[in-house]
Amino acid sequence: MGRAWKYGDNVDTDVIIPARYLVTGDPNQLGPHCLENLDPAFPTGHKPGDIIVGGRNFGCGSSREHAPLAIKGAGVPCVIAVSFARIFFRNAINIGLPVYESPEAAAGISMGDEIEVEAGKGMVLNRTRGEQYAIRPLPPFMQELLDAGGLMARLTQELAREHVGNMGNGGTT
Amino acid sequence: MGMTLAEKLLAAKLGRPVEAGELVEVPVDLVMGNDITAPVAIHAFEAAGATRVFDPDRVALVASHFVPARDASSANQTSIMRRFALAHNLRHYYPEGTGGIEHTLLPERGIVVSGDIVVGADSHTCTYGALGAFATGVGSTDLAYAMATGRTWFKVPETMSFMYHGQRQPWVTGKDFILHTIHLIGDDGALYRSMEFSGDAVGQLPMEDRLTMSNMTIEAGGKVGLVLPDAITEAYERDRALRTPHFLTPDPDAAYVARIDVDVSRLEPQVAFPSLPSKTRPLSDVGDVPLDQVFIGSCTNGRLTDLRIAARLLQGRRVAPNLRLIVIPATQDVYLQALQEGLIEVFVQAGAMVSAATCGPCLGGHTGVLGAGERCLSTSNRNYVGRMGDPGAEVYLASPAVAAASAVTGRITHPAEILGEEVA
Repeated sequence: MGRAWKYGDNVDTDVIIPARYLVTGDPNQLGPHCLENLDPAFPTGHKPGDIIVGGRNFGCGSSREHAPLAIKGAGVPCVIAVSFARIFFRNAINIGLPVYESPEAAAGISMGDEIEVEAGKGMVLNRTRGEQYAIRPLPPFMQELLDAGGLMARLTQELAREHVGNMGNGGTT
Repeated sequence: MGMTLAEKLLAAKLGRPVEAGELVEVPVDLVMGNDITAPVAIHAFEAAGATRVFDPDRVALVASHFVPARDASSANQTSIMRRFALAHNLRHYYPEGTGGIEHTLLPERGIVVSGDIVVGADSHTCTYGALGAFATGVGSTDLAYAMATGRTWFKVPETMSFMYHGQRQPWVTGKDFILHTIHLIGDDGALYRSMEFSGDAVGQLPMEDRLTMSNMTIEAGGKVGLVLPDAITEAYERDRALRTPHFLTPDPDAAYVARIDVDVSRLEPQVAFPSLPSKTRPLSDVGDVPLDQVFIGSCTNGRLTDLRIAARLLQGRRVAPNLRLIVIPATQDVYLQALQEGLIEVFVQAGAMVSAATCGPCLGGHTGVLGAGERCLSTSNRNYVGRMGDPGAEVYLASPAVAAASAVTGRITHPAEILGEEVA
């Protein structure tokens, strides 16, 4: 359970993590600057476990994977929004940050509400208001990627298979 | 049912028909990363245990964003990229001084060609759609996977058709077409979709203007922004293409989720107001907007034709008092050509600062970052809060012609005004 930090439409990756910080890929260094250009209260006021709630087109703009990394580094376990920009959505799944589409949740949740995500049940619970909202299931392929630990876990498996295959061919590549 | 251009491009690579909504894994012709995104990808690549790139001739790494190094941290990032590029013997590694902004460089040098499937770890990878290539931005992890395997996965996008008709007015460019289009459909109007640009007015646009249009596809949320290849494409690629281009066109009975017609004959130069590219107005509705800075450059409008238009307007004129004009040719080749044509001299005589090729101020990196309360007109692609520096700064987007005219007067200005022409 965490508090909701509620924002509007088109939260872009430049406000999630400004370019001046893109000199590291370390979530722990990016996290403290997450959302500082959008809401100066967030970096100092949020606690690990708090959840970001956005409107339409969350994560639009630059392809910087530093954006979901910064959110992860800030200790935010997931993002809920009406919709996500394509590259941000893909990046988030690839690095293992769950992102949930729920127009109902985005409409019902206010800044500071206590909320809880029950991903297995496809539900967001709003403890402050006693409401619950459905989240759209991820496409099966993306759910599998997330369950497998992200795209790099898949690459490691593929490389291992390839290695075994090459051994069978006498070790040549 | 016929296929759209996006479907055709994926189908050609897979050797079978595809249809919107289907998930496909496709071989890629080229993968690309830059000094911000590649280091994260290289870390992931190595952590996953990968030891070789799928093809050293098809991985392009370009130092573009924080070059020359802005500080010690960014120098460390470019070092990571250099080490990797040299270790893997990459054919298309462009360190500082050899290339420039990747999205200008790759088409200019024929490294990307019509018919290609390209993923690049930069959102403006969609620029190459102007050649009729399925090119889209991804993050660093997707780049790492594609570098290792030569493959990526896509959901085949639905396609929106945009038909541009009519004779454009003087001073109206591809930048104005795309700003107006983003205004029509909104910042997520093409989310997950392919934007297919056609019609006689696009057919008459030079390749540079088409590249500008495809470049800003992402500002409407689009996955790819495709222009149908034609004689202009062929002429552009003739002496550049390093591989054989493949010209594909949509089927006449292709299925589109939307068809939007734009009459450009009455379109004015467009200006996007802070802080979204969709907040675009025709120039006659802009009013009095005094400026502190004008930036001409970026992957959107830092090409030779852009600099020629700007120089034509700045020739024999001076930048307004108390205004900074920053001009950044997008690549070394653009810079050299501009030098040989005398454009750089025009800029310097006018009081502009000219810098080496870099993305620089577009993303608030360096060489022209804005302070609190400052107002900038930029030829780049994004005017988000804090994009070019302080979150209290304002960014307006327009074409190089409007930018140059505005630099002379110190407020957002129609190019015809400073030439004493009648404003159409």
